[in-house]
Amino acid sequence: MPFISALADRGSLVVAHRPWPRIVVDADVWRDAIVGIAAGQATLLGLWSDGEVVHMGMISEAKILVISLPVPQRRFPSVGLTHPPALWLERAIRDLYGWEPEGLPDTRPWLDHGRWGIAHPLGARPPVPPDRAAYEFLKAEGGELHQIPVGPVHAGIIEPGHFRFTANGETIVRLEERLGYVHKGIEGLMRDAPLERATKLAARVSGDSTVAYGIAFARAVEAALALKVPQRAVLLRALMAELERLANHFGDIGAICNDASFSLMHTHCGALREHVLRAAHACFGHRLMMDRVVPGGTAADLDNNGLITLRALIEVVRGKFPELVELYDNTASLQDRTVTTGIVKPELARQYGAGGYIGRASGRSFDARRTPGYAPYGELGFDVPVRREGDVDARVWIRVREVEQSLGLIEQITERLPKGPIRIDALAAEPPKGTCEGLALVEAFRGDILAWVRVAGDGKVACAHLRDPSWFQWPLLEAAIEGNIVADFPLCNKSFNCSYAGHDL
Amino acid sequence: MRKLLFKSLLQRPLTEAPPAENERVLSELARTLERAARRRLGRSLSIREVDAGSCNGCELEIHALANVFYDLERFGLRFVASPRHADVLLVTGPVTHNMRTALERTYQATPDPKWVVAVGDCALDGGMFAEGYACVGGVSKVIPVDLHIRGCPPSPTALLEGLIALVEKSSNSS
Repeated sequence: MPFISALADRGSLVVAHRPWPRIVVDADVWRDAIVGIAAGQATLLGLWSDGEVVHMGMISEAKILVISLPVPQRRFPSVGLTHPPALWLERAIRDLYGWEPEGLPDTRPWLDHGRWGIAHPLGARPPVPPDRAAYEFLKAEGGELHQIPVGPVHAGIIEPGHFRFTANGETIVRLEERLGYVHKGIEGLMRDAPLERATKLAARVSGDSTVAYGIAFARAVEAALALKVPQRAVLLRALMAELERLANHFGDIGAICNDASFSLMHTHCGALREHVLRAAHACFGHRLMMDRVVPGGTAADLDNNGLITLRALIEVVRGKFPELVELYDNTASLQDRTVTTGIVKPELARQYGAGGYIGRASGRSFDARRTPGYAPYGELGFDVPVRREGDVDARVWIRVREVEQSLGLIEQITERLPKGPIRIDALAAEPPKGTCEGLALVEAFRGDILAWVRVAGDGKVACAHLRDPSWFQWPLLEAAIEGNIVADFPLCNKSFNCSYAGHDL
Repeated sequence: MRKLLFKSLLQRPLTEAPPAENERVLSELARTLERAARRRLGRSLSIREVDAGSCNGCELEIHALANVFYDLERFGLRFVASPRHADVLLVTGPVTHNMRTALERTYQATPDPKWVVAVGDCALDGGMFAEGYACVGGVSKVIPVDLHIRGCPPSPTALLEGLIALVEKSSNSS
């Protein structure tokens, strides 16, 4: 019997959890799940808590399962001990709730930098003195090593985070990331929040993925309420998601080339990105389409002028983009920087369940639009590009191919957009019959977002968890950079383009 | 590459006319800059961007200022890599407790005279994140702010309006 199906029989099913099962298990089943995931029988989707139990989400092929372990003694068997991708997630749970993952090999705080005045903000909240010992970075041993501390304030216009390089001359021996600087306590703010406020918070987890977060959160709420969304809204959401993907991929392709000092690509890609944002504004009234996806549908409709704008956009992109791709492909000095730089090995991408272009550039073909899949992508035709090289170049090419796929998707959506309502009042249409829970997995431009929500009987959000794709991508950057030169770090980092805000939450 | 460059020579530039000075922005500036340093900077400002806790939406639009449509540098405005080279700090986000020290140090590292522009609704008063355990609130709770540019996120045009007004006032007030 497949691993997940066998596991699903070994706990008690939580009835009001949709669309995939959640089961409450004991510590033995929890440990067996860890061993199975570490052996590659399933991929870890997330590890989080709601203040009462600790949840572990996993996927194998199209089957998703959440197992929940009660923690009466405020301890649970560490997942990270056996399966390293869970390390940061467990350090975060430890900081936020004060629970002890037993056997956790790295017990340094992660999101808690000792500045909140309290510890365990989502748990017992004991006050703590501000003068905590300094964060100890991991050691690198050997002769002729020096350290380069970078951040949290970086030289470019990017988010804050700290990178500690240990280098031997030009060559990076070890990179250690320290994140958490933009931790805003979103999970705490979501607790007992009215649905409307929680939706707005979800749209501001990571601004570059605001549509994808909107869809993920809305789908989780709709799953909890067993709510059916109008077909027009389903397609409009996908349309916005593909516009968001286009805008981000253009920005990234240009910025990666810019970090290799090839500004011509940056300029042209920047213009294409601006075209997309202006089209988004013309169609939906906001350049990033923030707050346009809500539980129950969408908050903006597309009129005839919008359709004309989108057709014009596609014409512009189809006219300009191929020349830029040719330029990238034919510039040897640029290829010299990107090819064989910052390699992520396929084994690591698989182990970490790395989503998006990072996984797909390293042989992991996973795309949440396909597996487990969600409407309307089942009825639309698109390819999921995959490469195995795992270098900066491969991550550029995956983006290039995805631009082409997104253009095709936008065309298909505009052709089949049905007439009809775009929104139903979620709570009025399906008032919750007691507490209910929903889970969603949605493909943002950088990978799969996991959204889990518990809706209380009064329609408020009791608690929610949003897992950014970056959780399983940031650690791979540490691996990818090893043996590369310091000067190639910006290039590698941009080719990953992980979210600080999405991770720090 | 030659083909692309040649085409660019023949095309009209994509760069657009600058936005008119915004009255509300100007009046806020007039108040704050009276107290500010009077040394002449010329019509030129160096800007250091600091994300003190934003969702990165504001950063995306600040980035857009550099694209060919808005072409920030034609106004004498440019982004610099260090606060030590900056006249203006462009700060985004509700200031998180974890970023507070970094923001204070960045401010201290910026030579006088200096101006602080708080960008976005979160930078004004903490926005949706004001109530949590993790955020201090608006930028003005940590360092003095000369100008707020509203929006979630503000459009590149709104950002340009604010920054141009800042250049005008900083050169007039000399």
